[in-house]
Amino acid sequence: MRKMRYILRKEFKQIFRDPAILRLIFIMPAIQLLILPFAADYEIQNVNIGIVDHDRSTYARELVRKIEFSNYFNLTGYSNSQKEAMQWIEDDVVDLFIEIPADFEATLIREDEATLLMAVNATNGTKGNLGAAYANNIIGEFNRHVRSEWVQWPAFNPEPQIEVVHSQWYNVHSNYQRFMVPGILAVLLTMVGGFLSALNIVKEKEIGTIEQLNVSPIRKHQFILGKLIPFWLLGFVVLTIGLAISYFVHGIVPEANIGVLYVFGGVYLFAILGFGLMISNFTDTQQQAMMVAFFFMLIFILMSGLYTPIESMPSWAQIVAWINPVTYIVDATRIVLLKGGTFTDIRFHFLVITLGGLVLNTLAVWSYRKQT
Amino acid sequence: MFSIEVESLTKKFGSFTAVNSITFTVKSGEIFGFLGANGAGKTTAMRMLCGLSRPTSGQASVAGFDVYRQAEEIKQRIGYMSQKFSLYADLTVLENIEFYGGIYGLTRGEIKDRGEELIERLDLRGEEEIMVAELPLGWKQKLAFSIAIMHRPSIVFLDEPTGGVDPLTRRQFWELIYEAAATGITIFVTTHYMDEAEYCDRVAIMVDGNIRALDAPEKLKRDMGLATMERVFYSLAREATRGD
Repeated sequence: MRKMRYILRKEFKQIFRDPAILRLIFIMPAIQLLILPFAADYEIQNVNIGIVDHDRSTYARELVRKIEFSNYFNLTGYSNSQKEAMQWIEDDVVDLFIEIPADFEATLIREDEATLLMAVNATNGTKGNLGAAYANNIIGEFNRHVRSEWVQWPAFNPEPQIEVVHSQWYNVHSNYQRFMVPGILAVLLTMVGGFLSALNIVKEKEIGTIEQLNVSPIRKHQFILGKLIPFWLLGFVVLTIGLAISYFVHGIVPEANIGVLYVFGGVYLFAILGFGLMISNFTDTQQQAMMVAFFFMLIFILMSGLYTPIESMPSWAQIVAWINPVTYIVDATRIVLLKGGTFTDIRFHFLVITLGGLVLNTLAVWSYRKQT
Repeated sequence: MFSIEVESLTKKFGSFTAVNSITFTVKSGEIFGFLGANGAGKTTAMRMLCGLSRPTSGQASVAGFDVYRQAEEIKQRIGYMSQKFSLYADLTVLENIEFYGGIYGLTRGEIKDRGEELIERLDLRGEEEIMVAELPLGWKQKLAFSIAIMHRPSIVFLDEPTGGVDPLTRRQFWELIYEAAATGITIFVTTHYMDEAEYCDRVAIMVDGNIRALDAPEKLKRDMGLATMERVFYSLAREATRGD
């Protein structure tokens, strides 16, 4: 155990002397948590819309006005030629356009229904689809408005309508930051735990000092613990900084005992450190380790339910997602921070990550060789 | 009493035989030189003796311990200094001394005493707190050597320790080696500087994974009728078929 003290002292000194690591640990969480949640936002605004108005009637103008004054659209084109509108889509000037036929108002009054054409540029699928959905909503509302003008209450309504009133639990105002912040926090822990530790170990290989340690009586587990413990502790520092930013900047008040999150974070870091150690065992230079880490990071993030719900992935991707450790911490963080989940609510996450951590670390220790 | 006993030691990497069934012994307290061109297999041989590389076949014991089964016992009793620089550049002189002393299980008192002595001998007084990165190469090498023998190993392995160092510093470095040998430490050193070969008690010359000659430098020169170790080495190494 005395040896362990010397090893840890050396590791901490080196970490605190490495400006790159310090910057990563303190600045990365700050930047990511301060900027990303505002930028990476699903709520699509500023959808560019074009109107092809062949009718130019009162109703048509009213519809255009409704669209224009909604929060979602920028009216970037108004024309009476469909050809011109197609060119807008072609040139990426608009994301979608609505074509109002020449006899729109007349048909609406005469036949009680009218047809509108909507063309969507699906290059950016999310934007196009959401834009179309918003437009549909607005048109639906316009429709009801028109009807209510005509129908004299309490006259008989031939088409009963069901209107859905929904309330959003756990994120009452549908605030996107509340959704993103816990996820980003989870990703940060992954980066600190998994990748900084991998880089640190590979650095010893690269400069050759690992040889010197391998001929010394340091045991495998002592070397590995010496590398993992500092990053395990740094993980908690990052978690604390992250929670502070969520609280002070994003106003996320943890709904439950935050201790649960720390305990889970500790188990998670243990697992992801094992993963970092694996990477370092199979790479020889920091550059290689970076590339491998980057490869996994992309998969981890995209397939973790951070941005897109796992339930809507194809079944093979769902399997990948449930193997992905990031999935569990993203989910657990959201449960604890937003839903006020307790230990019982994330016991499955605990179980999986603990087992996964044991497997990863066993493999990592087993594949670490003092000998070639 | 032998420090190192090697019999038919072989290392293959796939179909390539880096070290081909070498046999030799090194006496306690001897300065044993291992010569060879780049790629002759001397580093591989040394790595097997240090427990860094597992032999493909053959027998070897270091300080009385078997390289296959007792690698960890060997590690406590040897020092090692490689051609790749082995100290931590981002730690100070003193911190390197403390770290390496600590991992070899020296007590705090031993680290302090031997550290003081080491700093005194290397004339590093006043430089204890500077980063090793800032030391000139020659000093780094001398420091690395002194740290490698700080735990009083019975054998120290030096892999081309003076590579890239100026002649004067090399001279000083060899004085340190002699001092260490005088205390009874066996020195196993690889080199391709032939003047250094002259400093050794005995040398083995490796060519293409085989030991082609093994004896005291004086005897080798006499037997082959050549004036210098350089000539001896050239006449043997010329036959080499593999290079870098």
